[in-house]
Amino acid sequence: MALLELREVSKVYHLGGEEIRALDGVSLDIEAGQFISIIGPSGSGKSTLMHILGCLDTPTHGTIRLDGMMIQDASPRQLAAIRNRKIGFVFQFFNLLPKLNVLQNVELPMVYSGISARARRERAIAALRLVEMENRSKHRPSQLSGGQQQRAAIARALVNDPKIIFADEPTGNLDSHTGEVILELFRRLSSEGRTIILVTHDPEIAAVTPRRIEIRDGRVSEKVDPRLAGLDRLPTGTLPVPAS
Amino acid sequence: MSFWESFQLGLREIWAHKFRSLLTMLGIILGVSSLVAMSALVKGMERGAKEALIAVGGLQKVRVEAAEVPVEQQHLRDQALGVTMKDVHALRSSAPLVTDLSPEMRLPNATLTANGKRFRPFMCAGVWPIALAMSEHVLAHGRMFNEIDDEQARSVCVIGTATRDELFGSPEELGYEVIPVGETILINRQPFTIIGMFQHYESEQQRKERELARLEPQRVPTGPDRRRGGGRRGGNFVFWLKNATVFLPLNTVWIKFRSGLGASPDPRLSTLELKIADVERMNLALQQIRNVLMSTHQGIQDFSFRTQEEWAENINTFIRNARLSGGIIAGISLLVGGIGIMNIMLASISGRIREIGIRKAVGANTGDVFFQILVESVVIAILGGLVGLAASYGLVQVIRQLSPTENTPVITLTAMVLAFGSSVVIGILAGLFPAFKAARLHPIEALRYE
Repeated sequence: MALLELREVSKVYHLGGEEIRALDGVSLDIEAGQFISIIGPSGSGKSTLMHILGCLDTPTHGTIRLDGMMIQDASPRQLAAIRNRKIGFVFQFFNLLPKLNVLQNVELPMVYSGISARARRERAIAALRLVEMENRSKHRPSQLSGGQQQRAAIARALVNDPKIIFADEPTGNLDSHTGEVILELFRRLSSEGRTIILVTHDPEIAAVTPRRIEIRDGRVSEKVDPRLAGLDRLPTGTLPVPAS
Repeated sequence: MSFWESFQLGLREIWAHKFRSLLTMLGIILGVSSLVAMSALVKGMERGAKEALIAVGGLQKVRVEAAEVPVEQQHLRDQALGVTMKDVHALRSSAPLVTDLSPEMRLPNATLTANGKRFRPFMCAGVWPIALAMSEHVLAHGRMFNEIDDEQARSVCVIGTATRDELFGSPEELGYEVIPVGETILINRQPFTIIGMFQHYESEQQRKERELARLEPQRVPTGPDRRRGGGRRGGNFVFWLKNATVFLPLNTVWIKFRSGLGASPDPRLSTLELKIADVERMNLALQQIRNVLMSTHQGIQDFSFRTQEEWAENINTFIRNARLSGGIIAGISLLVGGIGIMNIMLASISGRIREIGIRKAVGANTGDVFFQILVESVVIAILGGLVGLAASYGLVQVIRQLSPTENTPVITLTAMVLAFGSSVVIGILAGLFPAFKAARLHPIEALRYE
């Protein structure tokens, strides 16, 4: 059983009487440990897909199974708990809370999972060590460079040991060198066995992942780089045939 | 998230916007302090009034006074004698609910003369010895006249300190206390021997002030002297009236001043004071007294009752009104404070939409966000409430400086608890809507918000 299974997932918005299908019958399987990019131009439904995969939103139709649980009809409260324990987010604009220092920012998800202050601190420091930020733990986000902020944000995403990490344009606000460093960090985390989903519009960034899911007009198609794919197992049958 | 963590979060948020938070708290501070100060003032008044009520003799007292005959009995007016000694004897024998009777024959326009000085007391009346107990008088020097003095119509009198102060000099002026027992004074040109003097009556407040003045004699009072005014030593009017009382034996007044009182075959009284057995059965007792008096007065209703209950009722009404109006003012100011908190919380959450989005993305649920905002609002209100309690003490001092009253304001624990409690309730109410608004935000839209 795949870690994340989407079956015929659609998301329909109504804008001024007009029906917009942001997602149109998407079916996907994501196995544990995969390093995947979701690529598509803006307006393609990429963000919507990420929101639904990331349990920030629920689909209009279709089913989603995450870690063996059907979540398409989950209540906001249940979704919050799932986000808290099973999903880590990394954003383009880092989204650290400016009033908290790095350590407090990394502790934030654990505050909502009811972990004791002492355990929180230990785990936050461990997560910061993973991203080599432990010596910046008392700094405010505003005192850090973009790359450092993004590393702190990655530590926050890792701290509750989630099943999946979503990174939405994680290098979009960084210079190319720093972006390179961040991508390298993701690659390392992937090699340690974590499931990571990169969402980007940039094919160059998507090129680092073995499996690429392209999205256009709410429909997905897959490209697998055989050199990077390694032992990745392809779900077959349900996928549309690639154009070339 | 635990309550303590939310509380800390709220404190941190308030600390991050110190000035804004202080301004927001100001409404609550004013509301709480005015509520406490107002109730302290009213409590002080209430105490003063209760003291005065006790000084005039409690609720069991009923006063029977002569009254104009009703319109339908106008033709019997020449038969109406008013309240007389006959009534006293009749009541004594036929009204079991009346425990004590004290007839009173006032000398209108009595003038006291001694040492070349003249004094017109508030009341100069012929009474029975029982009047001492009935009017809550306490003798400090000498003795009260007794039944023998009354029976033999001796020319003796018992005075209050106001009379002494006017005719012989007050302790404040002389520096020592004159006890004029044994001295002779003229009452309406007739000589009387002073055989006793009441103690000096004053309110708690006056007593404290006097003791303070004695302890610090070197302090020269500045500003206008508030203690002037007809030789009254400042203070509560009721206590002055009581001090300016002169008692003579009833028979003496009847025999010596009969002509001045309008002669009638039966000694006519100005008033008759009764003490009834039980305040709870006041109406029953009044009915009994009325029945007896109707019989002695041959059906002519030329008398009326006056009870302290009316006065007590008036005091209570006054206190209730003062409390109500003060409460409304304080309540409005608390309400305004609450609106201020709600306003600032709404402004605060619209500046923190992104933060709320981030918190929701990492796993805060609707309840967590709701609670966070609510606690923040309550923390503002609690801090405001605490500062308000401290400020109320200062406010009371300021009010006392601006308008010194006879009645010291009393800050009560009940008022403090009530004021603080209502500030907390206001905080909760003011936080509900902003918290609801914040909690309802959709995480995606909140994250996208610029």
